[in-house]
Amino acid sequence: MVELVWLIPALPLFGFLVLLVAGRKLGEPLAGWFATLMCGGAFAASVAVLIGLFNEPEHERQFQQVLFDWLPAGSLKVQLGFLVDPLSITMALFITGVGALIHLYSIGYMHGDPKYSKFFVYMNLFAFSMLMLVLGNNLLVTFLGWEGVGACSYFLISFWFTDEANASAGKKAFVTNRIGDWGFMVATFVAFSATGTITYFANGQNIGLLDEGTIEGLAAVTATAIAALLFFGAVGKSAQLPLYLWLPDAMAGPTPVSALIHAATMVTSGVYLMTRVSPLLAHGYTWLPTTIAVIGALTALFAATVAVAQTDIKRVLAYSTVSQLGYMFLAVGSGAYVAAIFHMVTHAFFKALLFLGSGSVIHGLHGEQDMRKMGGLRKFMPITAVTFIIGWLAIAGIPPFAGFWSKDDILLAAFNKSPALWFVGFVTALLTAFYMSRQVFMVFFGKPNFETAESADHSEHAVQPHESPWTMALPLVVLAGLSIGGGALNLPFSHDTKFLEHWLTPVVEASETTFSIAGTTQTGLAIGTAVLCAAAILVAAQIYLRHKRAPIEPEVLAHAWYYDEAVSAFVAGPGATAFEGAAQFDRGIIDGGVNGVAALVRFGASKLRLAQTGYVRNYALGIAVGAFVLVGLFLTRAGA
Amino acid sequence: MEIGAHVPGTPLLTALIVVPFVGAAIVALLPRRRPDLTKMIAVLITVLTGALSVAVLVQFNQHDAGFQLQNHHSWIASFGISWTVGVDGISLFLIVLTGLLFPIAILGTDPHHDHKAFYAWLLVLEAGCLGVFLALDLFLFFVFFEIVLVPMYFLIGQWGYGNRTYAALKFFLYTMLGSAFMLVALIGTAVFHQKAVGGPLTFDLVTIATQPGIDTNVARWLFLGFAVAFAIKVPLFPVHTWLPDAHTEAPTAGSVILAGVMLKLGTYGLIRYGLYLFPEATVFFAPGMVTLGVIGIIYGAIVATMQKDLKRLVAYSSVAHLGFIVLGTFALTQQGIEGGVLQMVNHGLSTGALFLLVGFIYDRRHTREIAKLKGLQKAAPVMAGVFTVVMLSSIGLPGLNGFVGEYLILIGSFLTRRWWTVVAATGVILAAVYLLWAYQRVFHGEPDEENASFAEMKWTEGLVIAPLIALIVFLGVYPKPVLDRIQPSVEALIAHVEVGSCAAPDGNCYHQPDAASDKAKR
Repeated sequence: MVELVWLIPALPLFGFLVLLVAGRKLGEPLAGWFATLMCGGAFAASVAVLIGLFNEPEHERQFQQVLFDWLPAGSLKVQLGFLVDPLSITMALFITGVGALIHLYSIGYMHGDPKYSKFFVYMNLFAFSMLMLVLGNNLLVTFLGWEGVGACSYFLISFWFTDEANASAGKKAFVTNRIGDWGFMVATFVAFSATGTITYFANGQNIGLLDEGTIEGLAAVTATAIAALLFFGAVGKSAQLPLYLWLPDAMAGPTPVSALIHAATMVTSGVYLMTRVSPLLAHGYTWLPTTIAVIGALTALFAATVAVAQTDIKRVLAYSTVSQLGYMFLAVGSGAYVAAIFHMVTHAFFKALLFLGSGSVIHGLHGEQDMRKMGGLRKFMPITAVTFIIGWLAIAGIPPFAGFWSKDDILLAAFNKSPALWFVGFVTALLTAFYMSRQVFMVFFGKPNFETAESADHSEHAVQPHESPWTMALPLVVLAGLSIGGGALNLPFSHDTKFLEHWLTPVVEASETTFSIAGTTQTGLAIGTAVLCAAAILVAAQIYLRHKRAPIEPEVLAHAWYYDEAVSAFVAGPGATAFEGAAQFDRGIIDGGVNGVAALVRFGASKLRLAQTGYVRNYALGIAVGAFVLVGLFLTRAGA
Repeated sequence: MEIGAHVPGTPLLTALIVVPFVGAAIVALLPRRRPDLTKMIAVLITVLTGALSVAVLVQFNQHDAGFQLQNHHSWIASFGISWTVGVDGISLFLIVLTGLLFPIAILGTDPHHDHKAFYAWLLVLEAGCLGVFLALDLFLFFVFFEIVLVPMYFLIGQWGYGNRTYAALKFFLYTMLGSAFMLVALIGTAVFHQKAVGGPLTFDLVTIATQPGIDTNVARWLFLGFAVAFAIKVPLFPVHTWLPDAHTEAPTAGSVILAGVMLKLGTYGLIRYGLYLFPEATVFFAPGMVTLGVIGIIYGAIVATMQKDLKRLVAYSSVAHLGFIVLGTFALTQQGIEGGVLQMVNHGLSTGALFLLVGFIYDRRHTREIAKLKGLQKAAPVMAGVFTVVMLSSIGLPGLNGFVGEYLILIGSFLTRRWWTVVAATGVILAAVYLLWAYQRVFHGEPDEENASFAEMKWTEGLVIAPLIALIVFLGVYPKPVLDRIQPSVEALIAHVEVGSCAAPDGNCYHQPDAASDKAKR
């Protein structure tokens, strides 16, 4: 059944094309249902391929399907083909699964929007691009998806383009991503020039970049260069320091977009990419994994501190996403690829849940996003509240919810790499528990801070929060279930409960680091972290629920350490001045020079024109002189 | 094949040049009072020419690297000048592109006065462009290269916008200056070739290229003579400033052809009369040419960013895109040159489409100033969608045509010019900056009063631009049929350069580096 792999991206592509042509005719809600069906169909196809792959023996779980030659030029033979292995199909499964749920949710969320069908056009195009990214059998097909999801992200962030802020956010996302994409592109150049191939694994036409033989023959410096450049691409796409800037702004898009693209799937592509090329990382110099771990840890901590002081419900989640992505890179840098993928999957569950929940809140409050104007919503929106609380406990690292298990795996790996990295991750975990509790208490508990029908003096300002329709509630319930039970994918109790690890072993066994931490230390760290996370929740309750203590939300954190503002000021200031200077240089010096020469010629000609006297005798003299010179020349030449 | 022998067969290529010439004469003879009839005839002629170019594509043998479908007639026999035309994988798609863009340019816009002369000049222009791409005789090439100047001069000067007289004159004089150098180099080439190998004087391109003998130093000077003319035409930094003026002031049809076809006369010339004719000099000057190309990529993009006129912005983007083509050409690798040739076609499609769209916007708003346009996407979502596709093609989004060319250029140039390529690749970031920013200012936001009633794309406009969009997508997804036809000729060209480069006195021969050089080291 693995041959069905082409269907996985083909269905959303088909959906995109149909909706592009006939989306307006289908209208609401048919366009939404059709798009959901296509994404759901892709999920079904992924399950079929998964079953097919599962029935193969463990070390034969790799299959390639080549559709056609995409870029054949000389010795470069880039195919448009798919790679099915445990890693790519795991990605495809959760992308299509979570994707289908978010499509379903959008049917309700986008209700009444004048561009309803257009939204689903982009959503299906996104699903297609994302699937090309993870299923591609070479770096360039992955890059096709990589830039494709970037373009979709651009379309969807600036979806409500009449607002300038949304338009700017979309452009910022695209351009920042492009900075990373530069690294990705150059990485493929280095790979091709060093090995003659950019295909991951050997097939009929190409040797494989990641094949054992190729890797062994690669100079360590080359392997490091390729991996480092790809990591630079990942820093852009997965919003790590210093290129994370676009992600908080990306919240300008509709909330389902934030859930699907800017939390669950697209932003994790960097983690996928690093896991895919992990043999290169393992073969290169060790400073690179260490750098990746440090950047991941710093990003995790940095974003968590910022999330503490945000007041926009979605911006808290956005910084939280940046922070959690930092965890995943911490895992990658520590050589714990399984943990990275594990956390990617559980994070997709609970962060999609949290975003969709926040969307439900925004929907219920008719567009309000400021948490200071919320409160007490659990009475008005019970399903949203309960599911959101489950998501909160999952991300806060409370057992037995999904986030606890995956975060614990990462922290252990970090501890194995260096206690300092572990400590940063540990502090981040406490902050995470704290800021998420803050959010839950501000939004769902306490007194309503909006004018309800009862309290309002002016009834036109009254807000009556309402629970969302079933198309929105059902995805919340399903994701809540996955956030509770998702940890079962990879339980640390015994060798046999580590399903995900077994499943991914064929892909990462060559590069995965093995631990040497005693079992008691492992258990101690896990329990200690969980207890302290619970304590962080209690501290948050003291501040935001019982109001016993004043909140600590310094300006510097609310402004994200002023980093974004500094970069913006630089771009708008010296950056723009330099560009304008170049334009002035072009007008003044280069073009001025051209016009100067022209003026000089005109001036010279006006002087020379004086020689054109019109008197025949003057011309005759000229001819005579010329003739003498010519004759003289001939005579001397003849003599020579 | 014996040099100078008459090649039998259908005179398809000759017809390709003659048809638009005759068409121009017919249009010139039509009554002035029937502009509709004039346009119909002009469209018919260009469609017929387009059909002939497709016939060339069909008859083209993709396994043959040499010149095909040649027609040969002696012309000025005493000087060895002849009417020799032929097509190979390098010129094939430029022919088809020319055949495609002219009907589109004519259908896409109407001149505001004097239809007859407008269409007649456009047809002369088409004949001249095709002549440049098809000529295999140095002198014939020069004649066509000069012919195209005249109609474009009038198109800009008579039917252009505001500062048209200045722009037309600047365009004409600048290009003529280059041509003067080329004429000297061209005659010099024939004369020195005769001196070196003996025999009668000849201007036959293949003969001169395949019987080398010109002294290395002389050849380098001759190369420079050609290179100056082509550098102005491309245009390369720092001789590019005629381009923004000419593009901006030209009527839409003129801009489409100027960007779509005429800039390629320069890059095509560099391949045919640089690489092919002077392989040793090419290798010698390659570092300099690559440097100018990369400067063009970055500089063109930066200057484009700050333009206030939408058309000028697109014009400067051409400086950047053509820089990529020069980089690929002088990378002297299979992928680089193939990508360069493909990118000539791609740039013609996407920039041609961009100029058409800017023309549509101007027709509605009578301004091209970015600051005066706002929120057009709300008023005209379909046109915004079309603009988006073309813009993304120009930015080089994978899946669309621009990426394929740029990527091949860069991966090819990385093999020989590692660090320049790393710098050039940042051009893709800058392309996103200037185009997305322009798009945001023009299409995003809430339309103000003047832009709120902006009319949506008309059916006829959509039909005109549809073939371009179709090719933009097709070449992005499946460029193989095109690459397969370009490949043999490029392979042969590189082999020719490799052999020819050994003429250098230092005895260093150029060899295209192998990908997988790491293996060689081990």
